Amino acid sequence: MKFVKWALAAAMTMSLGLPTAHADAPFKAAWIYVGPVSDHGYSFQHDQGRKAVEAALGAKVKTTFVESVPEGADAERVLTQLARDGNKLIFSTSFGFMNATLKVARAFPDVKFEHATGYKRAANVSTFSARFYEGRAVLGTIAGKMTKTGVVGYIASIPIPEVVRGIDAFTIALRKVRPDAKVKVIYVNSWYDPGKEAAAAKALIDQGADVLAQHTDSAAPVQTAEERGVWCFGQSSDMTRYAPHRLLTGIIENWDQYDVAEVKAAMNGSWKSHDTWGGLASGMVKLSPYNPAMPRDVVAAAEKTRQDIIAGKLNPFAGPITDQSGKLVVPAGKSLSDAQLLGLRFYVQGVEGNLPK
Amino acid sequence: MLRLEARPHPSTAALLLAPLLAVLLTLLAGALLFALLGFAPAAALKAFFITPVNSLYGLGELAMKATPLLLCAIGLAVGFRANIWNIGAEGQLLMGAIAGSGVALFLRPADGAPWVLPAMFLAGALGGMAWAAVPAFLKLRFNASEILTSLMLTYVARLFLRWLVGGPWRDPDGYNFPQSPMFAPDAVIPPLLHGTRLGFGALLALAVTLGGWFLLSRTFLGFQIRVIGLTSAAAGYAGFDRGRVTWLSLLLSGALAGIAGLNEVAGPIGQLTPFVSPGYGFTAIIVAFLGRLHPIGILFASLLVALSYLGGESAQISLGLPLAATDVFQGMLLFFLLASEVLVRYRPRLARTRG
Amino acid sequence: MDHVTAILVSVLLAAAPLLFAALGELVTEKSGVLNLGVEGMMLVGAVCGFAVTAHSGHAALGILAAALAGMALSALFALLTLVLLANQVATGLALTLFGVGLSALVGKPFVGTPLEKLPDLPLPLLSHLPLLGPLLFDRDPLIYLAALLTLAVGWLLARTRAGLVVRAVGENPEAAHALGYPVRLIRFACILFGGAMAGLGGAYLSLAYTPMWAEDMTAGRGWIALALVVFSTWRPGRLVLGALLFGAFTIAQLHAQALGLAVPPEFLAMLPYLATILVLVLISRDAARIRLNAPAAIGKTFHPDH
Repeated sequence: MKFVKWALAAAMTMSLGLPTAHADAPFKAAWIYVGPVSDHGYSFQHDQGRKAVEAALGAKVKTTFVESVPEGADAERVLTQLARDGNKLIFSTSFGFMNATLKVARAFPDVKFEHATGYKRAANVSTFSARFYEGRAVLGTIAGKMTKTGVVGYIASIPIPEVVRGIDAFTIALRKVRPDAKVKVIYVNSWYDPGKEAAAAKALIDQGADVLAQHTDSAAPVQTAEERGVWCFGQSSDMTRYAPHRLLTGIIENWDQYDVAEVKAAMNGSWKSHDTWGGLASGMVKLSPYNPAMPRDVVAAAEKTRQDIIAGKLNPFAGPITDQSGKLVVPAGKSLSDAQLLGLRFYVQGVEGNLPK
Repeated sequence: MLRLEARPHPSTAALLLAPLLAVLLTLLAGALLFALLGFAPAAALKAFFITPVNSLYGLGELAMKATPLLLCAIGLAVGFRANIWNIGAEGQLLMGAIAGSGVALFLRPADGAPWVLPAMFLAGALGGMAWAAVPAFLKLRFNASEILTSLMLTYVARLFLRWLVGGPWRDPDGYNFPQSPMFAPDAVIPPLLHGTRLGFGALLALAVTLGGWFLLSRTFLGFQIRVIGLTSAAAGYAGFDRGRVTWLSLLLSGALAGIAGLNEVAGPIGQLTPFVSPGYGFTAIIVAFLGRLHPIGILFASLLVALSYLGGESAQISLGLPLAATDVFQGMLLFFLLASEVLVRYRPRLARTRG
Repeated sequence: MDHVTAILVSVLLAAAPLLFAALGELVTEKSGVLNLGVEGMMLVGAVCGFAVTAHSGHAALGILAAALAGMALSALFALLTLVLLANQVATGLALTLFGVGLSALVGKPFVGTPLEKLPDLPLPLLSHLPLLGPLLFDRDPLIYLAALLTLAVGWLLARTRAGLVVRAVGENPEAAHALGYPVRLIRFACILFGGAMAGLGGAYLSLAYTPMWAEDMTAGRGWIALALVVFSTWRPGRLVLGALLFGAFTIAQLHAQALGLAVPPEFLAMLPYLATILVLVLISRDAARIRLNAPAAIGKTFHPDH
């Protein structure tokens, strides 16, 4: 009776596997993701952060993650269960978890929370996000140099400030290099739908775009660009292998150092609630390697933009900024504040398309 | 070869034993699956079925997760009995959430306004009904299949909700993120028990279950529904009005789905966001059939399915079991439950030959 | 290739996965079986097609594997609904859940792996035709396969004895049984065909349309395929029309956005769904015609003793 033996063995494993309390028990930290960790995009990159924590702290930490957590009523339960399970620091990595995180934080004052991309904080809730728009300003600079038609396509997910910010920063930088260039935007109403993203890429190419940028998670747009022979930029993770000839560079989300630092701080008691908005300088936003096919002057222009932003010499949202109607929104010498950027909801001149009021 | 012989009457013993057998088989198959994936089977099964409900909080969560499934499934079951294939409960749920939220957001209740929540529930029901009325109308007036129309309208409702919370209804103080303001305290369902999130929506769902049972088995209307479902022709001879039953079952399931949606936004979520439901309206279809379209059966089915969701989370938390394994396990559970039903209606017999 | 042709090609390619899956489901439904597991079967087909192609380096093997994988999953459905007489609607939904999970499990090692796109195969002579050449005859082999299978299914169902038997089984299984036809065997074959086609639809996505594997990459196309079968009133010709129409509206709304149309993107995205409803209403008005095509016994469990 092989099966009986096996069942007995299983029961043994269980009884032996019961956790026993130790004085030097590992510090427990947890992550919750909105997508599957194998999306190779946003949730994947956050899970890289978790893995970085494991690599850096080894047996001193025990990490847990829950993937594909719906952003409705379920998030609060998952957060509660993680807190009850003894996790002392919980990374809640999607905007939609914001209010649930705040609620659970109130119920578990001795547990610390890290909420990504939100704006509500508490004594035990920090927020963190990245200034991806800084990276997009570099992409815009490159696009301005590379486009021949002066039409750039932009595949966007949904019209939230984060996405609008990226489009605007990209367009401002683009038009500094190529003042007559315009950006055509298509929203696919999803963060992740390879088929639709590919179709949107094709539509943009058919309407004359010879450079594509994207703010969606799949590699479908860069694949399409490779196939149709137009330039493109990647998103979230390094997508070079999907478009080895046509991918110029791409934005990489990098939470590794931040996550490690926060876990260390929580372990040694120095953790404090704070708001972090890191950009190129902090390494939260990185660029994937430049395509060797990029002309030297383009690399130079891109590097200058990048270095100037890192050095604080260039603010991608420095005036003069005009909106679509040509009205001056930010005069020269001024720039948009972080609060304005957080809720940004207008297109700058050069973007084609409408943003509903 | 084994062959199945129809029982003259469904077997009561089998009715009770079949689900137990199914659960047992699922446990065995699940243990095998988890072992193959390199997880200790006993620990995984414990994480699935015991850990989620070993506390008052856990039990409250179970009831809360089951509530929208139960509400939607009862309504759907009434329709399915009459062969009305509403598979768009998800869309009706979203429209109910939208309509109820509209009341909370625009009537701006003063403090201590006891009528707000009842008005929201009413609006939720009406919202779901209105969305279900479209397939009913198109079916009766233009003969358009409700399978297609109700499904397509679900996508439309999803996009409409996204537009609404990203556009006109978005929180003016919310940095333009796609979400409504938080509801006023009077527009939020208070918890029934301290230490849980369970609101009176769960009690309402229980009442609906009883009501559904009464409607289907104790009223003439319920009789008509069952007859129309069994034999359309006989119903025609008896003079039963197919149109009336179509309207009734779609409006009823729309209203219940709408209430389910409202119960989510006014309950645990507390605001209108694009993520009201992780697909309750679709899962409820399975729940309805697992419960054999019988309200009491549906009650148990909704609890079991809700438990499998909670169990998946718990197994991820305590063992790191990937979510995909949870989906596979859930699928197996459903397969075994559906297959075991055969014993209720049929008796297995050994026979010599049969094709 | 000029712009109009390019846009038409986009429509054609967007319609292809829908057509594969819907055509299979149409045959399944014609035999009186409703399998709501299309999405799950597509995903399993997509991941198996991708995995085998990535391992073997042969797309043909991958395509075969996708069809077999879809078939295997549909065999599970057949076992439950035909042998164990489980409810079809619920079993189909459970199959989708199962397929989503299974494909994700199997696909874990392939996330982030690039793959060569299924190459286009210009047909001699035909591809040089004006207009139609670049549109229809300079495509990948799966497109040709889709076209051939559509013609074959249309012909088989309408013109052959086999088709007649399938329709009889879907129309009145008791009568077909009384006439001596093996109802369950025929249904089993039709279900397997549906599974294979859904698998091919998935493979089209993971090998040709967007050559990659990612969890849930079908993004609801299985459901659209199901709706298209109803839309087609169970006629293969109309199915092609429906798939193209849906593809056209999807592509059109993207183009409208890129042109800067002053309509919120959410409303534009509703267009394919609303158009499908509208066209269905227009073609369904003729009640008698629908009744002629709809399989009368669809979704009902058949047991020879009844």
